[in-house]
Amino acid sequence: MRPTRRRASRREALAAYGLVSPWLIGFLGLTVGPMIASLVMSLTDYGLVNPEATRFVGADNYREALTGDPLVWQALRVTTYYVALSVVLELALGFGLAVLLNVGLRGVGVVRTVYYLPAVVSGVAVSLLWLLIFQPSSGLANAVLEVLGIDGVDWVYSTTWVIPAFVLMSVWGVGRAAFIYLAILQRIPTNLYEAAAVDGVGSFRRFARITLPLATPAIFLNLVLAVIGKFQIFTEAFVISEGGPGTSSLFYILYLYRVAFRYFRVGYASALAWLLFAVLLVLTTVAFRTSRHWVYYEGERR
Amino acid sequence: MSTSARAARRGGRDWAPVIGPRATGPWARRGSVVVLLLGAAAVLVPFAWMVSTSLKPESEVFRQPIQWVPKHTRPANYTEAATLIPFWRYFVNSLVVAVPTVIGTVVSSAAVAYAFARMRARGLPTLFGLVLATIMLPAEVTLLPSFLLFRELGWVGTYLPLVVPAFLGGGAFNIFLLRQFFLTIPREHDDAARVEGHGFLSILLRVIVPQSWPAIALVATFTFVGTWNDFLGPLLYLSDQDRYTLPLGLNFFKDIYNTQWAHLMAASVLALLPCLVVFFLAQRAFSEGVVLTGRKG
Repeated sequence: MRPTRRRASRREALAAYGLVSPWLIGFLGLTVGPMIASLVMSLTDYGLVNPEATRFVGADNYREALTGDPLVWQALRVTTYYVALSVVLELALGFGLAVLLNVGLRGVGVVRTVYYLPAVVSGVAVSLLWLLIFQPSSGLANAVLEVLGIDGVDWVYSTTWVIPAFVLMSVWGVGRAAFIYLAILQRIPTNLYEAAAVDGVGSFRRFARITLPLATPAIFLNLVLAVIGKFQIFTEAFVISEGGPGTSSLFYILYLYRVAFRYFRVGYASALAWLLFAVLLVLTTVAFRTSRHWVYYEGERR
Repeated sequence: MSTSARAARRGGRDWAPVIGPRATGPWARRGSVVVLLLGAAAVLVPFAWMVSTSLKPESEVFRQPIQWVPKHTRPANYTEAATLIPFWRYFVNSLVVAVPTVIGTVVSSAAVAYAFARMRARGLPTLFGLVLATIMLPAEVTLLPSFLLFRELGWVGTYLPLVVPAFLGGGAFNIFLLRQFFLTIPREHDDAARVEGHGFLSILLRVIVPQSWPAIALVATFTFVGTWNDFLGPLLYLSDQDRYTLPLGLNFFKDIYNTQWAHLMAASVLALLPCLVVFFLAQRAFSEGVVLTGRKG
C-alpha cells in the first residue's frame, strides 16, 4: 500500500512539474533573464548601432536620467498628471456606475454591454476615432461644447488641453473599472442589508456603512492596478499626438521607446525602464502601507 | 456548469443589490435609469460618429453644423478603404497572429492553472507565489532585453516573438484567473473520474475544462481583443509591410492619407468588427465569468 501511494504522489509531482514547465521556461527566459539583462545593460552604454563598443558606465545612466535629462522629468510630470486625473475620475465614475448597475433594474444587461464596449476596442482604430473627434475646427468635441455654449479648444493641438483630451478618452472606458466593482458589490451578502433594513437604517446610511466599507478592498486593488496600467499609455500617444505639441504629451513609455529605437540608446533606455519600475514599486508600496487605514477586510477587528 | 454560475445567470439573487430593489424608492430607481441611459448614450456617441463619418463623402466630413446623417450616403468608402491599403492582407496577418496566440494562451494557462489548483508537489506553492509576483510587473522592464533576445534568435521580422510567448504559460493574470475558477469546482468530480481510471490530463480535459467554459471564454476573449489591438509588439517586431497587422496598417494609412477621414473611419470600423463579434459571441459566458472572477475557492 505505502510504496504504491508514494509512487502515486511521485507521479503526481512529475505531472505537476510537467504541466508547469512551459510557464517556468517562459518565466526564466522571458522574465527573469531579461530582467537581469536589463539591469546589467542599464549600467552600460549599450547601443543598437555599435554594440561592440559597449562600455561599463556604472550609474551614469541613472545619474543622467535624474539630473541631466529634463525630458525624463517632463515625461514623469506629464504621465503623472494624466494618471492622477484619469485614475481619480475612473474611480469615482466607475464606482458610481457599478452601484447604479447593481440596483437590480430590468433590462440592465444591454446597458452593461454598452458600457463595456470601449474596453473591447482599444488601440489604433479608436485612437484615430478620437483624433477625428478632437479636430479643432468642426470636430465633434467642440461641436458638443458649442451646443452647451462653451468655446471650443484645440484639444490635442494645445499644450494645455492635450492631457485632458487623453483623460477624456480614458474615462470613456470606465466600464471596465465598473465591472470589477460590480463583481465585488454582488458578493456582499443580502442578510447584511436585511438586518439593516429591519433596524430601520436608511438607504444612504446602508450605502455608507455597509456597501462602501465592504467594497474598499476592491477599490484598493483596482486603484493599484489602474495606476500601473495607466502609467503604460503608449499607443494612443504614438498615434494621436506623437508626444506633442512640443513635449506636452511625451508620456514615459513613448520617451522610452524613442530613446531605445530612435536614438538607439538601449543602455540608457534600460535605466529608464528600471526607474519606471522603481516609481511604480514605491507607489504600490505606499498604497499597501496606507491601505491599512482605510481598507476593510472581512473578519478583521478594528 | 457550476451551481454558482447558474445562480449568476438567473440574476444572481443569492447576492444582494446594493440598494435592494424593494428597499429603493421609485424616484431613486427612476433617477438610476435616467443616469444609466444618459451615460450609455454618451458611450455610444463616439461609435455613432465613427459610423456616420465612415459613410460620408470626404467633402462632408467637416461640414458645419455637424451632421449625424450624411446628406449623401457613401458606402463605397468601405470598398475603397479596403483597396487604398492592402486591408485584407493586414486582416489575415492579424488573424495569423491572434488565433495561435489565443490557442497558446488558453491551452498553456489552463494546464498551469490546473497544476496550481489541484496538484501537490514540492515547490509548487512557491512557484505560484512567483506567478502572483509577476502580475504587477510592467512589461517595459523586460521589453528591451526580450527584443535583443528575439533578434539574436533571428526572429525579428517574423510573427514568432508575438506568438511563441503565449505558449509559455499564457500570462500570469490568466493563470491566476483560471486557477481561482478551477478551485470552485468540487474535488469529488475529480475523485469520481479518478476511480474510473482517468489520469491527470484526462481529468483536466473531461472534468475541469467542460465546467470552466465561462472562465475560458473570458481568457480567450481578452486575449483575442488584446492581441488584435496590440500595437507596440508588431511595431517592434514587424518591419516588412507585407507582414503588417491591422493596427500597423491603420497607422500607416493615417500617415499617407491623413486627410481622408471618411475612408480612415471606414477602415477603422472594419478593423474593430472582429473584436465586437467575438465579444458578443462570448457575452453569455462572459457575464457569468465576470461575476465569478472575484470569487474565492
